[in-house]
Amino acid sequence: MNITLGHYLTVGAILFALSVIGIFLNRKNLIVLLMAIELMLLAVNMNFVAFSHYLGDLHGQIFVFFILTVAAAESAIGLAILVQLFRNKSSINVDELNTLKG
Amino acid sequence: MMDAHSALFYAFSAVLLFAAFRVITARNPVHAALYLVLAFFQASGLWMLLEAEFLSIALVLVYVGAVMVLFLFVVMMLDINIDSIRIGFWKHFPLAATMGAVIALELAAVLLGGFRVAVPHTPQIPLMVTPTAVEAVSSAVAVGHMVVTEVSNTKALGVMLYTEYLYPVQVAALILLVALIAAIALTLRARKDTKAQNPADQVRVKASDRVSLVKMAPVKPDLASATEPEKSA
Repeated sequence: MNITLGHYLTVGAILFALSVIGIFLNRKNLIVLLMAIELMLLAVNMNFVAFSHYLGDLHGQIFVFFILTVAAAESAIGLAILVQLFRNKSSINVDELNTLKG
Repeated sequence: MMDAHSALFYAFSAVLLFAAFRVITARNPVHAALYLVLAFFQASGLWMLLEAEFLSIALVLVYVGAVMVLFLFVVMMLDINIDSIRIGFWKHFPLAATMGAVIALELAAVLLGGFRVAVPHTPQIPLMVTPTAVEAVSSAVAVGHMVVTEVSNTKALGVMLYTEYLYPVQVAALILLVALIAAIALTLRARKDTKAQNPADQVRVKASDRVSLVKMAPVKPDLASATEPEKSA
């Protein structure tokens, strides 16, 4: 049995669903929340690479390259904000981030 | 009979999904970060199966080498009470499971069509590059009349990045620079308990700030006149 495009897309879909569940479950832990976002980006990248391979088009892989760049920048800034948050509030609970009253 | 490709695919996928599951349910954030490292390694293996060698290696270098080390540093730097962050973990579980099931079902509804049709999986295109990129490669590396027919994934990606996608690459570099400066600016703080020099003040100083000339009488006043200053002047 050959591994088709659908197999890879299914792996990406399950990974995406898992990370959505993770975002809902870890409301008290901003670090794991950031990790779930990284997993989400990984799931999307998986789809991009799979499509790029099965459709024979390299542009998808270029897009993954840029997503990796943005994800690295995002996690660096996210962790910096997290460190500042912990200095000010001594907590990484998402529910306590209500000072902006947004 | 399962060939090596299929076996590797199922092995990598199973470990990847298990690791992802442990990331979102691990008690200790350090364990979650380490499981995330495992997940990235499995994804890297899957991408290797998809013949995306450059991205596969880049994923390990960028994510495991840089981002996850950053995560681990931050996790270990913060003094987190593990018991307090687990409060209410299962409270959100019904909502989370519902959302996850909905997403999985929706995606499955789209994807199952692909499974039924069983795409004949067009034989591997040896040259996974677009015609423009091929021309660029051949014009770039063709020596004499030799025409390049076999291009590695890394080379094809590089040619595309630095020809078609030159400006986006520059923008990506700018984004990384902004992230670098933002991360430093956010976490930098001036400590009150240390003595530091301010080079700007040192450069800007003038002689008049350092030495102040005071006019004094050239006579040393004796003790008697010191008690009556108006007479000494």
